[in-house]
Amino acid sequence: MKTDIEKANQFYRDMLLIRRFEEKCVEMYSREKIRGFLHLYIGEEAVGVGVMHALSPEDAVLATYREHGQALARGIDPKRIMAEMYGKMEGCSRGRGGSMHLFDGLARFYGGSAIVAGALPLAVGMALADKMMKRNRITVCFFGDGAVAEGEFHESMNLAALWHLPILFVCENNRYAMGTALEFSHSETNLAKKAASYCIEAYQVDGMDVEAVAKAANTAVHEIRAGNGPVFIECLTYRFRAHSMFDAELYRSKSEVEEWKKRDPLLLLYQKYPNIDIDKYENEIALIINEAITFAENGTLEPVEELEKFVYTQEAIL
Amino acid sequence: MSTVITYREAVRQALREAMEKDERVFLMGEDVGRYGGSFAVSMGMLEQFGSERIIDTPLCESAFTGAGIGAALNGMRPIVEIMTVNFSLLALDQIMNNAATLLHMSGGQFNVPLVIRMATGGGKQLAAQHSHSLEGWFAHIPGLKVLTPAIVQDAYDMVLLALADPDPVLIFENSLLYNTKGELDTALTPLSIGKAQIHRSGKDISILTYGISVFKALEAAETLAREGIDAEVIDLRSLRPLDDEAIMTTVRKTHRVMIVDEGWKSGSISAEIMARINEQAFFELDAPMGRVCSAEVPFPYAKHLEDAALPRAETIAAMARKLMEEL
Amino acid sequence: MSTFVMPSLGADMESAVLMEWKVKEGDRVAKGDVIAEVETSKGVIEIEVFEEGIVEKLLVEEETECDVGSTLAIIRTEGEVTPAETPAKSLPEPVIEVDHVDPSIDKAPEPYAGERIKASPAARRKAKEMGIDLFSLAAAGEALHLSQVESSAPTEKNETSGMRQAIARAMSRSNAEIPHYYLGTSINMTPALHWLEEENKKRSIQERILPAALLIRAVVLSLKSVPELNGFWENDTSHLKAEINPGIAIALRHEGLITPALLNAETMNLDQTMRSLDDLITRTREGKLRNTEITQQTITITNLGDLGVQSVYGVIYPPQVALVGLGRIIDAPWAEGDALCVRKVMQATLAGDHRATDGRTGAKFLDKLNDLLQHPEELL
Repeated sequence: MKTDIEKANQFYRDMLLIRRFEEKCVEMYSREKIRGFLHLYIGEEAVGVGVMHALSPEDAVLATYREHGQALARGIDPKRIMAEMYGKMEGCSRGRGGSMHLFDGLARFYGGSAIVAGALPLAVGMALADKMMKRNRITVCFFGDGAVAEGEFHESMNLAALWHLPILFVCENNRYAMGTALEFSHSETNLAKKAASYCIEAYQVDGMDVEAVAKAANTAVHEIRAGNGPVFIECLTYRFRAHSMFDAELYRSKSEVEEWKKRDPLLLLYQKYPNIDIDKYENEIALIINEAITFAENGTLEPVEELEKFVYTQEAIL
Repeated sequence: MSTVITYREAVRQALREAMEKDERVFLMGEDVGRYGGSFAVSMGMLEQFGSERIIDTPLCESAFTGAGIGAALNGMRPIVEIMTVNFSLLALDQIMNNAATLLHMSGGQFNVPLVIRMATGGGKQLAAQHSHSLEGWFAHIPGLKVLTPAIVQDAYDMVLLALADPDPVLIFENSLLYNTKGELDTALTPLSIGKAQIHRSGKDISILTYGISVFKALEAAETLAREGIDAEVIDLRSLRPLDDEAIMTTVRKTHRVMIVDEGWKSGSISAEIMARINEQAFFELDAPMGRVCSAEVPFPYAKHLEDAALPRAETIAAMARKLMEEL
Repeated sequence: MSTFVMPSLGADMESAVLMEWKVKEGDRVAKGDVIAEVETSKGVIEIEVFEEGIVEKLLVEEETECDVGSTLAIIRTEGEVTPAETPAKSLPEPVIEVDHVDPSIDKAPEPYAGERIKASPAARRKAKEMGIDLFSLAAAGEALHLSQVESSAPTEKNETSGMRQAIARAMSRSNAEIPHYYLGTSINMTPALHWLEEENKKRSIQERILPAALLIRAVVLSLKSVPELNGFWENDTSHLKAEINPGIAIALRHEGLITPALLNAETMNLDQTMRSLDDLITRTREGKLRNTEITQQTITITNLGDLGVQSVYGVIYPPQVALVGLGRIIDAPWAEGDALCVRKVMQATLAGDHRATDGRTGAKFLDKLNDLLQHPEELL
């Protein structure tokens, strides 16, 4: 059993890894090494880290396009994530997916979805399979406040509750669905309340406080494993960066961002545990990230002749 | 040993046998359980297998199709029944953006062994929103396989072939075929996915078709035979993948070809087949290729209008005669 | 020293306007510091530096549009640990060929079983219209296209179908309409053949002259003396032609005869006549005759000996006015002086259109022909 301090150190290190990784992605994207879309998790680290710490290796994770944090927190090798972003064969999706579609079988990490709310039905099905086969596994599904407006969210909540499925729904409410603020999207802005209306246990938690998130996640996981059905946790969080790289943030004020930065999850944790050896972690992580860049830079481009692979499991019959 | 049963019974028999043999197989869809199936395909199966394996879903095509995908990802062999192809549009995002793409996006790590069965076709005066034939449309998408069983033997075989396939397979059952009777021999080795079948051998003109149109084409062939035109009728059986080899072989044999396709003409699977014949057997043609498709109109309710919109044995024969006169 | 470049913020961003520098030369910057504001299609965005250092030089004026990747400033690093710049593994850019062909298209068309000719539908239709048998046009393995059919002539099979019928009609008309007269004479070919033998000794095998060419040359020169036989009868009048285009009867592979013209034979010497004849025969057998060769005969020379009959009394091809027949050269008894000897003898016949010429003209022609053949050196 880890002490609070040990856990805090772990949390800090894990959040810092995400933070520095994402910052490096900004640089590499600006240098055109990473292409396509880039959605950063900076500011939301506490959510991914807090939730992952409550899970077991056999549990499954479904995430959104803003998934680097969850992927790192789940233990996927940063080298393989960076290589994927560089489009190299050594990437976790072989360069076929990119930033928005990270997959890893060993980590039971099922992407990475570019369709908002698209993974919610998948979570329902995965949990259904576990229940049918009587396996004690949980499916965790991350999604944002934007997803809660989609039909698929409502359909999935209904099915999860109706069929009593072992799903942990984690809503990362960062208050903006791309450029549309919460109050312009939802008649009912208390998202946990919406989930509760489907007869699902629903909580709201301070998403900037990693310990609070971890505690809520642990409780939820415990409930689910006990067979009490799905649980919904709304994490109130904030992204310090734009929706994606190419976003002028015309929809929110700088002052609002600055206010939220005062509640930076790393800062909050450090304030509570001032003995955390920050420099040690900075150095450790700098090396990890350098390694990741080198690995990605030296990676291989998949031969064009193999383009039509992975359409069907056997040879493409096309 | 062969028996004569209905198409519906053949599908049911296949579902039953699959579920008896493999506990990972289950059926999920609207009204498949207590109602007995909207087309009575799964009648009696709830009683046999219980509500955990015959699952009545609420009306949420996107979620229950996605759930089928998720269950397939996680080790099951689900059969999702979408009541008709008309409602599949609500699930199109899951089918196209998840089922068809997960294998590829994950660089080959995760496959989706899912079977989706849908009723398709018009001809019952159910008007514009209930009469689509979109199998050709789905055949456009890499990552999916599209099957169109016409005969009773295929109604049975294709369920089992689809379940054995590691990738998502869509089976389109024309709703007017459920009552048709035919022979089923479960001892026969099934003809694989991607292989067409010749139902009538002929030397003058080839008629390529699928689904219910196979029977219309055979009827037309009888008429043509009395006029001295010997038509070869080929059941494509799968629209993705298409059996290029069978198509080109018949073109080389008769040098005249036409396609019967219940989809709307523009951008239909008949256009794709013509393009392939152009690419692979252009010099074998002695006449332009022809096709009979549905008229370019949302399906009307009035019977005479709907009948005029669909391919019929008469229009098929007329096209064949026209092609025989060309050049 | 490192360069700070205009960052790419999105796939569809090509450039941005540097609106305002947030630092001055000499300022210290830390990683993540905002260095400038740029205006993009989506609005003003702050851009940041990725390393520690001192701003050495600002290279771009405010309110300048800069391409993505262009250098904006120089940052001097101060011995800090910076991420090792590993040279990227140099790999060629993956070239996605825009016209990457679906492999199924590359598959060669199946080999044709049996007799089927590869021809485009357009070619087939044209061939049918022209009464041409595709078989004679088809080259091994290649597809026939429209233009090839159009530029070809009716060939053997054509003879027996469309052309045969046309000839039949013409011949009937000829016999019905044209009042023919016939003349014949025997020609001692021995001197000419002997002379030819000697001439050929001076030539390479390719240049050798065949007796047929000699005979054609003789006919042509004779026509120069008797031009009344070279032309057409149309609208109740004779139209004599300056050009001499003798139609040469050529036997074809399968049954049939064709008489393409040796165009402008009057301009050719003996060697040229030989070469032209050779070319004509080759192209006839290949079905590659020109339209003019089929239609512009001014006279026809038939039965150039190799078919076997000694003399031929043929039917004139309207609208021509004469037909020259040259029989097989045989060894025959010949009187020279009082003595009887054996000589190479050829029967030459002339069919004439009595409306255009009379027997005297015809006789004059045959006389000239004989004369020339007795003095073959004049034929060069």
